[in-house]
Amino acid sequence: MIEPIAWLVLLPLCWAALSFVLGPKRGAGLALAGLAIQLMLALAAAQQAAFGHVSRHAAGGWKAPLGIELVLDGLAAVMLLLAQFVSLPLALYARAYFSEHPEGGYYFWPLAGFLIAAMNALFLSGDLFNIYVTLELLGLTAVGLVASAAGTGPLIAALRYLFATLLGSAAYLLGVALLYGTYGSVSLSILTPLVVQNMPNAVIAAASVMLAGLMLKTAIFPFHFWLPPAHGGAPAPVSALLSALVIKASFYLIMRLWLTLFMPATTAAAAQLLGALGAAAILWGSVMALRQERLKMLVAYSTVAQIGYLFLFFPLVTQTPPDAAQSAMQGAVMQAVSHGLAKAAMFAAAGAVVLSTGHDTIARFGGISGRLPLTLFTFGIAGVTLMGLPPSSGFIAKWLLIDAALASRQWGIILVMIVGGLLTAAYVFRVLRHAFLRVEQSYEFRGIPRMLEWPAFALALSSLGLGFYAGDILRLARLP
Amino acid sequence: MNTESLYALAGIALFVIGVAGFIVQGHLLRKILAFNVAGSGTFLVLVGLGQRGGAADPVPQAMVLTGIIVAVAATAMALALARRLFNKTGEMRLPEKALDD
Repeated sequence: MIEPIAWLVLLPLCWAALSFVLGPKRGAGLALAGLAIQLMLALAAAQQAAFGHVSRHAAGGWKAPLGIELVLDGLAAVMLLLAQFVSLPLALYARAYFSEHPEGGYYFWPLAGFLIAAMNALFLSGDLFNIYVTLELLGLTAVGLVASAAGTGPLIAALRYLFATLLGSAAYLLGVALLYGTYGSVSLSILTPLVVQNMPNAVIAAASVMLAGLMLKTAIFPFHFWLPPAHGGAPAPVSALLSALVIKASFYLIMRLWLTLFMPATTAAAAQLLGALGAAAILWGSVMALRQERLKMLVAYSTVAQIGYLFLFFPLVTQTPPDAAQSAMQGAVMQAVSHGLAKAAMFAAAGAVVLSTGHDTIARFGGISGRLPLTLFTFGIAGVTLMGLPPSSGFIAKWLLIDAALASRQWGIILVMIVGGLLTAAYVFRVLRHAFLRVEQSYEFRGIPRMLEWPAFALALSSLGLGFYAGDILRLARLP
Repeated sequence: MNTESLYALAGIALFVIGVAGFIVQGHLLRKILAFNVAGSGTFLVLVGLGQRGGAADPVPQAMVLTGIIVAVAATAMALALARRLFNKTGEMRLPEKALDD
């Protein structure tokens, strides 16, 4: 009997190790085969997790506390689906990208494989220490991917990213140490009722330090300093993976801890603080995106802004009426999924444009609309999702969040979301306007392979189409 | 105060010293060393607080071993990147302003 959740962790580890040995060409083929199987496993896992059913799997047959337990519930199933669904087209895109532009591609497949394995294991982890291990693996592989680009800029960006991620993990581990010292266990299912019963000050300290560390990793304002250079300077497939998936992993952890383990400690004041940081991120990120001259930096700042929407979840779910909390949960999950799909498509499109024109400057994009219509269409659809226009999944996400804000009477959040939507439209249209200008071509267009355009288009189209099929995802993402 | 609190306080003090050094120090090698000091502080908290009534508890010791391995890998990566930066720029410091590539 194949246990999907065990294989979702084991399979990417296998193909990552094999692709390290076999080299980039065969590694790409292995990765594609592995990711296709993983997508089917993730769908099987989603079936298992439907109707609120929680599955557990003890790795190697050894039970907790010394063994590692993998836990699958609705939220984990959604995140697993997102990760596999985004990785497969990105792998196709990356294979084409690195055959056009080999620099940075030599170690892409092993690093990406370990990154995906770490992410899958993170979504499935049932105890705090395993989360720490997967967080570190995720951070180190992401830094390795960023550092694979040539040039001093990406190297410096990778170092800043490494320091930020290490600081975040160290803070997280301190929290785990305090929790173990207080309760004698790191398993989430054992700790949660214990925290409800008895919550000494050490737990509040542990919660603060763990959440601060995870917030640093999620690049929420004001901890976002490392993100734009890292995501803007990395090769396009790497930027897509990082912005779409890696950021969501640490946010998933904040969400998980806030809702289960630290629920007795969550105060309305702390939630409002997180919401305020989210609002600041939306406004600051969008304004900075408007001011960027380079396309990939614009998309990176857009990530900073969209992460802010995720943090609006906290004031909407803490001490609010149950229907508001339910809408908030589903809205936040939908925002994570729709942003993942759209941002991956956007970075892939940006990469295709940069490869084709040879430069990254938005003001000089005149004439692209004639030469790269599919890529520009992709960028536009991804922009529609980010703006939150119907019928995209981005619209569903923002609708649910606004619904929760109305039900909990938090009008400021609605205002922030509307302003954010307008600013997003401004920077998306800025790019499209420059691209649609009819100017005399002053530079060479390089033809790019089909595989650079179609996976991005597929991702953008799915972010749009998810708006129609959102029901299944929303059912999986209900609050327990 | 009992030994548990003593270890925990010492560990937290080391953690704070490490993080302060990590943020304040500009030289990359010192940053990496400061991170290791902070890591050692965390391990001390984990083992010290995790004693169950004076008897050694194997679970936090296993966790600390894993943590040490993770810290070694992270330090190795940091050193490799720092050396590459030194080869490219001749400085063991991150530049003050963000580079506009």
